[in-house]
Amino acid sequence: MLLVGGGVAALVGLTPLVYLVIRATEGGLGPLRETVLRARTAELVWNTVELAVAVTVSCVVIGVAAAWLVTSTDLPGRRVWRVVLGLPLAVPTYLAGYAWLNVRPTISGTAGAWMILTLCSYPYVYLPVVAALQRADPAQVEMARSLGRGPVASFLTVTLRQTRVAAASGALLVALYVMSDFGAVSIMRVDVLARGIYNSYRASFDRTPAAILGCVLVVMTMAVVVAESLTRGRGRSARVGAGSTRRGQPQRLGWVAVPALAASAALVVLAIGVPVWSLFSALSTGRSAGIDWDRVGQATSTTLGWAAAAALLTVALAVPVGVLAARFPGRATRALSGATYLGHALPGIVVALSLVFLGVRVFTPFYQRLPLLLLAYAALFLPLAVGSVEDAVARTPASLEDAARSLGHRSWVVWWRVTIPLALPGLAAACAMVALATMKELPATLILAPTGSRTLATELWTQTGVRAFAAAAPYAAALLVVAIVPSALLSLGRRERG
Amino acid sequence: MRSRKRVALAALVLLVGLLAACGSEQADEPVESDTTTASGTLVIYSGRNEELVGPLLDMFTEKTGIEVEVRYANSAELSATILEEGDASPADVFLSQDAGALGALDEEGILRSLDQETLDQVDTRFQAESGTWVGVSGRARVLVYDPAQVSEVPESVFDLTDEAWSGKVAWAPTNASFQAFVTAMRVTAGEDVARQWLEDMQANGTVAYESNDLILAAVEEGQAAIGLINHYYWAELVAEEGAENVSSKIAFLPGEDPGALVNVAGVGVLESATHSAEADAFVDFLLSEEAQRYFSEETFEYPLAAGVDADPSLPPLATLGGPSIDLSSLSSLEETLALLADTGVTS
Repeated sequence: MLLVGGGVAALVGLTPLVYLVIRATEGGLGPLRETVLRARTAELVWNTVELAVAVTVSCVVIGVAAAWLVTSTDLPGRRVWRVVLGLPLAVPTYLAGYAWLNVRPTISGTAGAWMILTLCSYPYVYLPVVAALQRADPAQVEMARSLGRGPVASFLTVTLRQTRVAAASGALLVALYVMSDFGAVSIMRVDVLARGIYNSYRASFDRTPAAILGCVLVVMTMAVVVAESLTRGRGRSARVGAGSTRRGQPQRLGWVAVPALAASAALVVLAIGVPVWSLFSALSTGRSAGIDWDRVGQATSTTLGWAAAAALLTVALAVPVGVLAARFPGRATRALSGATYLGHALPGIVVALSLVFLGVRVFTPFYQRLPLLLLAYAALFLPLAVGSVEDAVARTPASLEDAARSLGHRSWVVWWRVTIPLALPGLAAACAMVALATMKELPATLILAPTGSRTLATELWTQTGVRAFAAAAPYAAALLVVAIVPSALLSLGRRERG
Repeated sequence: MRSRKRVALAALVLLVGLLAACGSEQADEPVESDTTTASGTLVIYSGRNEELVGPLLDMFTEKTGIEVEVRYANSAELSATILEEGDASPADVFLSQDAGALGALDEEGILRSLDQETLDQVDTRFQAESGTWVGVSGRARVLVYDPAQVSEVPESVFDLTDEAWSGKVAWAPTNASFQAFVTAMRVTAGEDVARQWLEDMQANGTVAYESNDLILAAVEEGQAAIGLINHYYWAELVAEEGAENVSSKIAFLPGEDPGALVNVAGVGVLESATHSAEADAFVDFLLSEEAQRYFSEETFEYPLAAGVDADPSLPPLATLGGPSIDLSSLSSLEETLALLADTGVTS
C-alpha cells in the first residue's frame, strides 16, 4: 500500500526529468556536450550557485533569529509578530520585483534579486524553526544557563542545535526555490539557469538546449538534496503525548528589545509594506482604474479552488513518502523522498511542457483539463509537503502504532486511525504550503489550465502585460489577501499548550 | 483542543475552496464539452495579450457566429507547446506576437498554406514566402529617448557604438523583436558587420533589459538615455498615463537602417486543424477593415490591409524606412542566436 503510494509520488516527481532526458538527448551527444561545456553554461551555473547560497544563508540567519525572538524572548507583542513575520510567504517574487522597481528604479542585478528572494522566502526557514523552538525542551537551555553559560553562549550552543534540522529543511526549500524562480531574476536581470532556460525557449524555439540546461539544474538539485540529508543527525525523537512540553522562561531582552523591534518592523516593511504601498499607489494613479469586481471575484474563487484541490492531491501523494521516510529511514526511502524534490528546482515552463508531452500521449482526455494541471502542481510542489509530513510522522511515537497493531488492526487501519490523526497538524501545514505556492504559480497554469479559465496570477500577468498597472492592482491585492490566509494559518501553527 | 479547532478551521477553508472549484468547474463545463464534441468552436492559441485581442475576438464571434476558445500565453511558449503537442494539438489557429514563432512552426511543417486570395490582401513583404502565415499588423523598431539627456537623436543604430553613448543605451537581447532586428542586420549588412556592432555595443557598456517595457521604464526614469524598442510600447504608455505624464519620446530611423525594421504580428492555421473553414474565416476577419481599424486605434500598430491608415500621431507606413528584406528570412533566427551567444550578448 505505502510502497505503491510512494512509487506513484516518485513517478509524479520524476515525470519532468524523464521528459528532460528525452529532449536533451534528442540531438545526440554532440549538442549535449557542446551545451554543457559552453563557457556560458558554466557562468549560468556559477550565478545560480552564488545566488542560491547567498539567499539561503541570509534566509537562515533572518529566519532563525526571527523565530527565536518570537518564541523564546519577551519581545513586546511577540504573539502578533509571530503571525506577521510569516506573512511574506504570501508575496509572489514577480510582484515584489515590480514593487521594488516602482519604489527604486535603480535596483537591479544579483544584489536586487538576492534582496527580493530573501524577503519573499525567509519564512520557509522561519516557520519550521518557530515550530521546532516551541517543541524544544526548555530544560536544556535552563541547564546551560545554570551551569554558567551566558544568554548568547547558550543560544549558540543549545538553541541553534535544537533548530538545526528544522532550519536545514527550510534552507533546502529556499535553495530549490531560488534555483527555480524566474520572477525576481528576470526583473533584476540576473543570468541564472532558470532564466537561461526561459530565454532558450523564448529565443530559439529549440527545446534541446533548454532541456539540457534543465538537466544541469536537476543534477544541482540532487547535490543540494544530498547535502541537506547529510546535515541531519541520525537521532530522531518522539514524545508519548505531546502535552508534556512546557514553556520555558522567556529570555529577557532588556534594551536589546529596541533594536529587535526595529529590525522586525523593518523586515515587515520591506517584505510586505513595499509591495502593498506600490499596489495602492498604482491603484490611485493611472487611467485604467475602475475595478471589474465580477472578474476579480471569479478569478479569486478559481484560484482558491485550484489551490485547495492541489493541496489535497499533493499532500495525499506526499503522505506515503513521508511515512516511509519517517518510519523506515534508509537509503531506499531517502532516494524515494529525494525523487519527489527534483521537480521543485525546475522552472514552471519545463514542468508544464513535460506534462504537455505526457498529456497528449497518455492522458489525452485530461489534456488541458483540471486533473492534469493539478498533477503539474503536484510535480512542482511535492517537496513542500513531503518534508512537513515526514517531520510530523517522525514526531509521532511508533510505539502507538505497534500497540494498535497488537490489538489486531490491519496496518492500513493503523495508519488511517493512529498515524494520520496524530500527524494532522503537520498535514494541515503541508496543505497550506502547497496552497500558497499554487496560488502564485503562473507558467504551468497558462499552458495547462482549462481553456478560458482565469486565476489571479494569470489576470495579473495579462494586465501587467499591457502595462495596465492600475487594472492589475486589484488582482495583486486579491492574491495577497487570499494568500495571507494560509500564511497566517502556518504562522499560528502549533501554539504551545498551557 | 486548540489544535483540533485549528485543524477543523483548516479543513473548512479547504472545503470552501473545493466548493468554489466545483462551482467554477461547472461554470466552465459548457465550454469544455464543446471541445470534445468538436462542434463549431474555433480553438485559438494567442501569443498576443487578452487585453489587446480579446475585444477583437468578441467582434469576430458577433460577426460570424463562430464561437472561439482562446489560450493566452507568450508566443514562444505556445510555439514550444504546439511543437510538443504535434498532430494532437487542440489548436486550430496560432496568433503570434512575431513572425519568428510562426516561422518556427512553418519550418516543422506544422502550418498549412493559406488561400491565395487571403494572402493577396497584404503586401508580400509582410507574409511567409511559403504562404503559411500572413501578417495582420505592423510593428516598427524605434529609438525611445529621454529628451533631458539627448539633444540630437542618432540617425542610425550604427551611431550608438559612438563613445558619446557609452553606458547610456538600453537593449533587450532576449526579446524576440530585438532578435528579429539583429537578424535583419545580419541579412542586410552581413554577418561580420552585425558581429562587430554587437561587440562594439557591448564594449560601449550597453545595458541589457528583459523586455521593451523595462527599457521604456528605464528611459522614463532617466536611467537610460536611449532604448531600442517597438513603437507601440511607447504609444500604449501614453494612452495609460496621458501624454503630459510621459517624458520620453520616440524616433523612427530613416533610410535602410536595420534599426527601422518593420516586423509583423501574424496568424497561421495548423495542418491538424479540425475547424479549417472557421480558421480561414478568422484569418480573413483579421484582415478586414473592422479588425485593421481596431489594430490601428487600440494597439497603435500599423494596419497592413483594407486600406486603413495608421494612427495620426504616427508617420504613415509608406514613409517608414527600414531594410529591404523578406520577412521570411527573419527565420534564420538560429544564426542570430548563435551570434548573440558567441558575442556573449545572450546565452
